[in-house]
Amino acid sequence: MTTILLIEQVLNGLQFGVMLFLMAAGLTLIFGVMGLINLAHGSLYMIGAFAAAAVAGATGSFVLALAASLAAAALAGAVIEMAVIRRLYDRDHLDQVLATFALILIFSEGTRWVFGSFPLYLDVPAALAGPVSLPGGIQYPAYRLLIIAVGLAVAVGLFQLIGRTRIGIQIRAGESDREMIAALGVDISRLYTIVFALGAALAGLAGALVGAIQSVQVGMGEPVLILAFVVIVIGGIGSIKGAFVGALLVGLTDTLGSVLLPIAFGAFLDPAAATAVGSALASMSIYILMALVLMYRPTGLFGAA
Amino acid sequence: MMMKTLMASAAIAALSGGALADGHGDKIKVGMITTLSGGGAGLGIDVRDGFLLAAKDSDMLDIVVEDDQRKPDIAVQLADKMIQSEKVDVMTGIIWSNLAMAVVPAATAQGKFYLSPNAGPSALAGKGCHPLYFNVAWQNDAYHEAAGKWASENGVEKAFIMAPNYPAGQDALTGFKRGFGGDVTEEIFTQLGQTDYAAEIAQLRASEADTLFFFLPGGMGISFMKQLAGSGVDKTIVGPAFSFDQGILGAIGDAALGVKNTAHWAKDTDNAANTKFVADFQAEYGRLPSIYAAQGYDTALLLMSAAAKADVSDADAFRAALAEAEFDSVRGDFSFAPNQHPVQDILIREVVKEGDVVTNRTIGVAATAYSDPYGADCQM
Repeated sequence: MTTILLIEQVLNGLQFGVMLFLMAAGLTLIFGVMGLINLAHGSLYMIGAFAAAAVAGATGSFVLALAASLAAAALAGAVIEMAVIRRLYDRDHLDQVLATFALILIFSEGTRWVFGSFPLYLDVPAALAGPVSLPGGIQYPAYRLLIIAVGLAVAVGLFQLIGRTRIGIQIRAGESDREMIAALGVDISRLYTIVFALGAALAGLAGALVGAIQSVQVGMGEPVLILAFVVIVIGGIGSIKGAFVGALLVGLTDTLGSVLLPIAFGAFLDPAAATAVGSALASMSIYILMALVLMYRPTGLFGAA
Repeated sequence: MMMKTLMASAAIAALSGGALADGHGDKIKVGMITTLSGGGAGLGIDVRDGFLLAAKDSDMLDIVVEDDQRKPDIAVQLADKMIQSEKVDVMTGIIWSNLAMAVVPAATAQGKFYLSPNAGPSALAGKGCHPLYFNVAWQNDAYHEAAGKWASENGVEKAFIMAPNYPAGQDALTGFKRGFGGDVTEEIFTQLGQTDYAAEIAQLRASEADTLFFFLPGGMGISFMKQLAGSGVDKTIVGPAFSFDQGILGAIGDAALGVKNTAHWAKDTDNAANTKFVADFQAEYGRLPSIYAAQGYDTALLLMSAAAKADVSDADAFRAALAEAEFDSVRGDFSFAPNQHPVQDILIREVVKEGDVVTNRTIGVAATAYSDPYGADCQM
C-alpha cells in the first residue's frame, strides 16, 4: 500500500463522510429541535435526486438541477411537516416511526408511479467529468472534490447559521425549552416548518450530488438513512458538531476498513480467505465503531447528558 | 404487487385469446418470481418480457408474475404463496443466486419443477442438484471461466478481479481463476447492491495489473463504469456479459466501446430462431433484447416443448421430456448435461457502435461445448 493510494482512500472517506453529513445534519436538527424521529428523511434524499435528474434531463444544466433538488426537497419537507408531521410532535416515538415509515412507502410508490422502475441517469457536468492532479502526483476525480467542497461549505454555513443568526438562536432555544420560547412570542410552528424544510433541502442536495455518480432509483435513500442514524448516534443526537465529526468518522472507517482489513488479514491468511474475512468484517466496522463509542459515551461524542 | 399479478394475468389472458375462460384445465400453471423493481429491475423485466413473448401465441401456459425486489425474504414468501395458494406446477424467474438458494431447494422438495432462467449457483449444480431443477441459462462459473481462458490465450498476464460478495460473485471469481493461467494481482469482493466504487477504483489505479475483470450485474455495473470513466484509470477490460448487457450499455454509452465480454448468446448469433426472436422482441417492446431476454425466451420454449410431449402431473415423463431439450434455442446448439445444466458454446463479444446504438458483436468462441465441473458431484 503506497502513500498515494492511502491519501486517495482518505479523500474517498472524506467524500463519503461529507455526503453523510448532509443527510445527518437535517436528521439531527429535526430530532434535536422537535424531538421527532423522521424515517422519511431518505425519501427526501430520493426526491432531491429525482428532481435533479428530471431538470438536468429537460434543461441540460447541472446548476439548475442542483437548485431544483434543493427546492423540491425543501418544498416536500415543508408540505409533509404541515400535513403530517405537525400532528406527531406530542405523540410518542413509536407513532412517529409508524407514520414516517408510511411516508417512505407513499413516496417510493409515488415516485415509481411517476418515473417508473428503471434507474434514471444524471450525468456529472462535462467540466468536472475527468480527474484532476493534486500535489504529490495524486489523480482524483474532480467531481468528488466538488462534493467535499460543497459539504464543507454547508458545514461552515450551518455553524454560522446556528451560532450567529437570530433564527439560530431560536433553534437552539427551541431545543432546550420549547414552551418558554413560545411564551416569549416566537412563532414555534413556523420555526418548526423552517427547520424541517432546511433539513429536507440538505438531504435533497446530498441526493442530487450523489445521484450524478451513482444511479437515481426508487429506494436509494434507505441504505443512506441507516448510515445517517449511525452517524447521529455516534455524534450525539441533536448536535450539528457531533453530526459532522460522526459523519467523517463513519465515512473514513467504512472506506479505510474495506481497503485495509483485507490487507491486514492477508498477512496471516491466504488471499481468498483474507478477502472474504476482511470484507465481512469491513461491512461490520461502522457498527463496531458505534458500539465502542456508546460503551464509553452513552450519549454519543457531543450529546447532552 | 397484487395489481401487477392481476395485470400480468390479464395480459396473458388477452394474449392467449381468451383461453383462460376454460379454467385451469390442462394448462401448466407457471409461477414466475423475478426482480421488477430497484437496481436489478432491468434483468427481471427482460427475463419476463422474453418469457411472455415466447408464450404469446400458445395457450399451454397460465403465468403468474410477482416482484421479489431482490430480497430473499420476499422471494420466499412469494414462493410459499405460489405453491400453497396458487398451486403452480412449475416455477421460474429468479435472477439472483442468493434468492435462488433461498427458494429453489424448498420448491423442488415440495415437488415443483423449477426452471432457472438466470441464476446458476454452484451449490445447485453439484451436491445440491435435484431431478426437478433444470438450469436453462448457464451455471454461474461458465462466462467467467471462459473469460479467464480467453484472456490467457490473448496475452493477458496480470489481472485485477472483482465481484460482489454473494454466491454468484464467489462462483464468478472461482470460475475466472480456473480458466485463467496468469497472475491474479488483486481479488476484491464488494457488497451486493454497492453504489460507490471509489475505494476499489483507487486500488485499481495503484495496481500493476494490465487487465481488469469484473462481474457487476445491473445497476452496480452502471455505477462502476460511470465512476471508472471519471477517474482517468485506463486498463484493458474483460468481463462477463452481465457487466455489459444491453441495459447497461444504454446507460454508459461510449465508455464501454472495445470491451470484450463472454456470453452464451448474442444479438447476431446466426440461426433462424434467433433472427425471429430479435425481430419479434424489437417489434413487441421497442428495444433491443439482452441476454436475459434470450434466457427468458428459451426457458418458455423449453417448457412448451416438454408440455407438448408429456403431462406435468406425470413428473417422471415430464422430467424426461424437459431433459431432451427438443426446442430451437436462440443460442444454437443446446443440450443438458447429466446434472441438468447446459452444455453450450460460450462466445466472446466486443462492444461496438452500430449507428447511434452501443451494442455487442460476436468476435469468436471462447469455450466450445462448455459444461460446468460441478456435475461430477451431482448424484440423482
